[in-house]
Amino acid sequence: MSSFAFSFLNLDILKTVYPYILDGLWRTLLLAAAIVPASLLVGLLVACAGSFRHRALDIPLVIYVDFFRAFPPLVLLVFVYYALPYLGIELDTFGAVVLALTLTCSAYFGEVFRAGIESIPEGQIEASRATGLGRTQTLLHIVLPQAVRNMLPDLLSNVLETVKLTSLASVVTFPELLRMARMAQGNTLNATPLLAAALIYLVLLWPLVRLVSRQEQKALRRR
Amino acid sequence: MSEILFNFLNPAIVKAYWPALLEGLWVTAMLAFAVVCSGLAAGLALTCLRSLRILPVNFVIVALVDILRALPPLVVIIVVYFGLPFAGIRMSGFAASWLVLAAILAAFSEELFWAGVQAVPRGQWEAARASGLSFGQTMACVILPQALRMTVPPLTSRVIATIKNTALASTVAVPELLARASSALSESGNTTPLTMAAVGYLLILYPLVYYSRRLERRYAWKNK
Repeated sequence: MSSFAFSFLNLDILKTVYPYILDGLWRTLLLAAAIVPASLLVGLLVACAGSFRHRALDIPLVIYVDFFRAFPPLVLLVFVYYALPYLGIELDTFGAVVLALTLTCSAYFGEVFRAGIESIPEGQIEASRATGLGRTQTLLHIVLPQAVRNMLPDLLSNVLETVKLTSLASVVTFPELLRMARMAQGNTLNATPLLAAALIYLVLLWPLVRLVSRQEQKALRRR
Repeated sequence: MSEILFNFLNPAIVKAYWPALLEGLWVTAMLAFAVVCSGLAAGLALTCLRSLRILPVNFVIVALVDILRALPPLVVIIVVYFGLPFAGIRMSGFAASWLVLAAILAAFSEELFWAGVQAVPRGQWEAARASGLSFGQTMACVILPQALRMTVPPLTSRVIATIKNTALASTVAVPELLARASSALSESGNTTPLTMAAVGYLLILYPLVYYSRRLERRYAWKNK
């Protein structure tokens, strides 16, 4: 038992590595703060563009969404990181991670927003158009406020998934939480840093999981 | 233009590496199949256990599900593969990825199945039990057939996400598609293997995404 505590809950080791772990946590939060708003925005634009039902727009949008839903984010990230320089596009690691994960997550958010917009009855759109509001005004003032309320559980669960995805950045050597913990584990030959990182993720994300769970139950009861 | 073709679709590289990548695709497919089958089965088993409504058991299930939903899959894989050997538990990368991804799928599918079970009106339980069916019969013949139908669309997207996550196994030395492509990339100094891997993933996943889109259309919210 004491050897278990030595390898997994070693306070001495924690004391030496915690500045690195906190550094990693900070970069994880930075990634999330860049990727979540960016992919929400792109997803919203994709869904709004789709809501006009323009044939020339619809096909590329569906391809965009389906392609990034089918593509594993890690493969995309490796591709962006290693392949873009061959196309003459130089991105630092942070930029590559943000670009790859925004592409993936915006496709998911696009789907969520689309479903939300489609959940608004046609009659409301017709009524609002008949009272003289323009297409964009209808979208902004009538459709979106209701759509967002319908979609809140799915939006939240996608935010959760997005934050979890930032851990992939460790694969392309971006020094975020998981990467720092891995390096600390390698340097100290002790599993405590890994466990500490897992615990930080848990503390960070567990409230969001509870919230999503609650919202899902509520949505279910409303149906 | 020819430079782009040389770097991304180089016929010589395709010829040299396709056998290795095909093997990788096979490992990816096997891992995905194993994870999806065992994950869904475990999720269903947990749902049945939870519907017995034994308080301490349910508490453990909810806690476990919450933890597995909160932690990034890559973090769990790394902890299991690099951390557990410190406790004397050693497993191959394939076993670690399988175990972790299946456990995570089980957690998510338990939530979905349970939501489905709860959505079946209470009266159906009572009617089934009153007509003499046992608990197991009620569950298997009355509740689950209705509950499972409701969970099909969200479950499909969860299965797709799980299959995409098999790429994470490349970080713990499983020779699956992405790992093969990465080593081919560093061996040849050419990005064509990555393009090939991308095509491989799309071959597996695009039909599923297409199918899930049709499912969602069929089960779409009816405008009231």
